[in-house]
Amino acid sequence: MRVNASRVLAAPIEDVWSTVTDPERVLGYMSGVTRWEVAGDLRSGLGARYRILFRVGAAEVGGLVEVVEFDEPCDFAWTSVTGLDHRGRWRLREAAGGRTRVEFRLAYVVAGAGLSGWLAERIAAPTVADHARRTLQQLDRLVEHEQLRARAARRQGRAARS
Amino acid sequence: MAEARTTTSARRNGHEPDDPIERPAPSGAGGTGSLLTRAWRGLAGAVQQRIPRADLDERDPDYIREQLPLFWLFSSLWFRGEVRGLGNIPDEGPVLLVGNHSGGNMIPDTMVFTVAFSTYFGVERPFYQLAHNLVLSLPGLSWLRRFGTVAASPENARKALSSGAALLVYPGGDYEVHRPSWEGNRVDFGGRQGFLRLALEQDVPIVPVVAIGGQETALFLTRGERLARLLALDRVLRLKVLPISIALPWIVNVGDFGHIPLPAKITIETLPAIDLRAEFGPDPSVDDVYDHLIRLMQDALDALAAERRFPVIG
Repeated sequence: MRVNASRVLAAPIEDVWSTVTDPERVLGYMSGVTRWEVAGDLRSGLGARYRILFRVGAAEVGGLVEVVEFDEPCDFAWTSVTGLDHRGRWRLREAAGGRTRVEFRLAYVVAGAGLSGWLAERIAAPTVADHARRTLQQLDRLVEHEQLRARAARRQGRAARS
Repeated sequence: MAEARTTTSARRNGHEPDDPIERPAPSGAGGTGSLLTRAWRGLAGAVQQRIPRADLDERDPDYIREQLPLFWLFSSLWFRGEVRGLGNIPDEGPVLLVGNHSGGNMIPDTMVFTVAFSTYFGVERPFYQLAHNLVLSLPGLSWLRRFGTVAASPENARKALSSGAALLVYPGGDYEVHRPSWEGNRVDFGGRQGFLRLALEQDVPIVPVVAIGGQETALFLTRGERLARLLALDRVLRLKVLPISIALPWIVNVGDFGHIPLPAKITIETLPAIDLRAEFGPDPSVDDVYDHLIRLMQDALDALAAERRFPVIG
């Protein structure tokens, strides 16, 4: 099952990139996530591992994931090592006017469980899609808020100098 | 010969030879019908024979992984399960999870908790559950062993904990699980304290697991303790109860060899871990710890009960 959400954010691509690749900020915008912990020595970048959990239905699912694509500032993807089989991807592209087009993708499979797995995949889909949509809304609010604050700080700095 | 076989199989299952099952019937019972007594003994022997050898290696992570979606469906859709505070369980190492037990023999709370535990920590983390002998000897339930269920005995518990696994125990057992529905929001271990001695001996932390909703999956009327005593079930099958409930599809359900649980909402709260020696000193009194734990769990259960607006619906 693949879930997709996209949105254009009013922030430069570098700012969005630094937000989505920072493991400590994930809990601040990603909907449904209850844990996103660095596992191992590498904090960020290709090969970094995180222990993540999403609340879906009566359980928190997830497991250990590893970053398999880290193409600054465009593509950030991870794949599951243990736990629920899934892949996640942030796809960032520059848009007109210093904005960024952001796509968030989650693909998951409930493997080896036959009919119940097939059913579980489909029953979970609306929840996961909802989380993906909300994640983008929250990311939007977060980075745009930061842009506003940065602009305000610059204005104040100019006022103080003159 | 049958006696000898029973004793060996009891040892094999990790039961002490002086288990109640092995004790001779009191002489008072012998006179009324030695034939009946012998028949019961034969049944006891048969049950003992059927209890599988406790082999921790029978737990099969791949099997659990494949079954999780089915149980997740039941847990999410039928029981609208909600498990909180799993982060209170230490991330690794042996731990004794102590739960209040509800829902009759269909143990819906165990299912909801097992699904949540397995997805939270991953099926790779060794996790065992202690179950009543009778549960493990029933035909058609052998798959429970692959989930990590072992016969409840101090020996098996010790084995699991010393292997570094998480172990789920319901001290109240058959006594608590069949309490009447109107006592549903009461933690009642029936004074059983063996699990505390075990935790002290193995020096493992205790994590209380408090569940609500299970007792609303049927209308539990009585434990039927007197009936069980009358039929000598306690000596023969280690059963102190012969429960009577109103449950689907039987309407009147005596003994509870399975029923269709009502879709009651099940909420489970995992409380912070208790390091017994850090909190109660180097040589804690089991009675003190027991009282403390019951109070703690009862408080949590009262809070969960206060959240509920309607029975079954939640």
